[in-house]
Amino acid sequence: MFDKYIVCDDSLRGRTDGRPGGVVQVRMPYYRGLGLSMVEAVDLTLDGTPIPAERTNFTVHGNTYTFAELPSVFDDRWEMGEPADLTFETDQPVEAGDHQVAIAVRLRISYMPVPSGGRDVKTLSLTTPTDLDGTR
Amino acid sequence: MSTIDEDGPKHTIKRGVSLYSFQHECFLRTMTLPDCIRVAGEIGARGIEIIPEQSIVGYPRLTDEFVADWFGLMDRYGTTPVATDLFLDTKLHPDRWLTLDEQIASVRTDIDIAVRLGARNIRAIINTPPEVMEGAAPYAQEQGVRLLLEVHAPFHYAHPWIVQHLEVMHRTGSPALGFMPDMGTYVKRFPRVVSERALRDGARPDLVDLIVKTYDDHGDTHGLMDTVHYKGGGPVDFGLARQATHFIWSDPRGMLPHMDLIGHIQAKFYEMTPEGIEYSIPYDEIVPVLIEGGFDGYLSSEYEGNRHIEDAFEVDSVEQVRRQHAMFGRLLGETN
Repeated sequence: MFDKYIVCDDSLRGRTDGRPGGVVQVRMPYYRGLGLSMVEAVDLTLDGTPIPAERTNFTVHGNTYTFAELPSVFDDRWEMGEPADLTFETDQPVEAGDHQVAIAVRLRISYMPVPSGGRDVKTLSLTTPTDLDGTR
Repeated sequence: MSTIDEDGPKHTIKRGVSLYSFQHECFLRTMTLPDCIRVAGEIGARGIEIIPEQSIVGYPRLTDEFVADWFGLMDRYGTTPVATDLFLDTKLHPDRWLTLDEQIASVRTDIDIAVRLGARNIRAIINTPPEVMEGAAPYAQEQGVRLLLEVHAPFHYAHPWIVQHLEVMHRTGSPALGFMPDMGTYVKRFPRVVSERALRDGARPDLVDLIVKTYDDHGDTHGLMDTVHYKGGGPVDFGLARQATHFIWSDPRGMLPHMDLIGHIQAKFYEMTPEGIEYSIPYDEIVPVLIEGGFDGYLSSEYEGNRHIEDAFEVDSVEQVRRQHAMFGRLLGETN
């Protein structure tokens, strides 16, 4: 359910800290919010290249976590339909223009015997900070 | 307000809606909580079932502001809080199961939320163990609410999991325990929104036909995944075959012996046709059983077709719920 809505349209942008990589917004393919300890993975594959989880972090409503931290986060949630920021780092700067963004979300749902989740792939156009504010 | 037709069936069944039904629109932010309640009032689905984990940002924290707004919406649109749905995250921790005490504490948290929202019925999700129901029952009773175990497909009243719950309910005699049957347990023919989605996803038409026909003939679905495999099917075909084992059908009269335990009905549906019938769940067979059994709670719409059509069609949950309530009004003998 909601798989086609995982990757948010027009949501790829550059990082604001000057490091190579970017930020993409993702939604959880589920009909309720879920505690972050049960968000097992939000895996990103950019233009066919998997980005390791340790090179990404996850931000919901202003709170940022690494994926190593998520299993022990019991006081915060990913709300239903909430666009979360998945921030990622790459070796080389991500060029402006179209990129294929594939996301696989894995969730630990207690009433299901196997991991739940979903996948989505979209082509998004990178908007660089330069495009946004013209100062860099 | 509607009234009971003089020639119609005599009953005290009321109509409501679970906000689960509007998940598509809420997910995409095209409807807000106030929109959902307004629509429910317009449709005459006056009993509101809410999923706190879906509709309350910051759950389990419930602000006074939310509660005030909630009751304001009820007043404005002529609706009543009827039920909340709880989840039990037994796998909250990656490396261990929640203890019995932790599970009971989780249920107590949801009891507190239901009480603050003014709902008397709490859907205990199907994975809630009997010992957790038993352990939480005294608190539920003290708080004046009922914990109703969802009877969800593929479960039924003779299944060992439900039998264990029945044992607790009968042994304790707790007025705070009961059932919330999901009408997805009465799928008489295979939902075409499900089989048509499989075809769009690349399922083999001959295998889809086999699966649908086996189900519709109420044949033996247990071997379907294997049969589909032997015939060279792929993952989409296996998925559909698995769904055929997960839908169930039995005579709705099976609810009658348990009617005193049934406090609320989740009126699951997959597709209300333009002709005003549910394609796969025969409500014209279900509603008379509820009337005969003296059920006096709410028929609470639970639309679940969106996930099967969202790939190719515009989802219109409001229209689907509207059609279901037109059908309920007819089956309940209401005149306007």
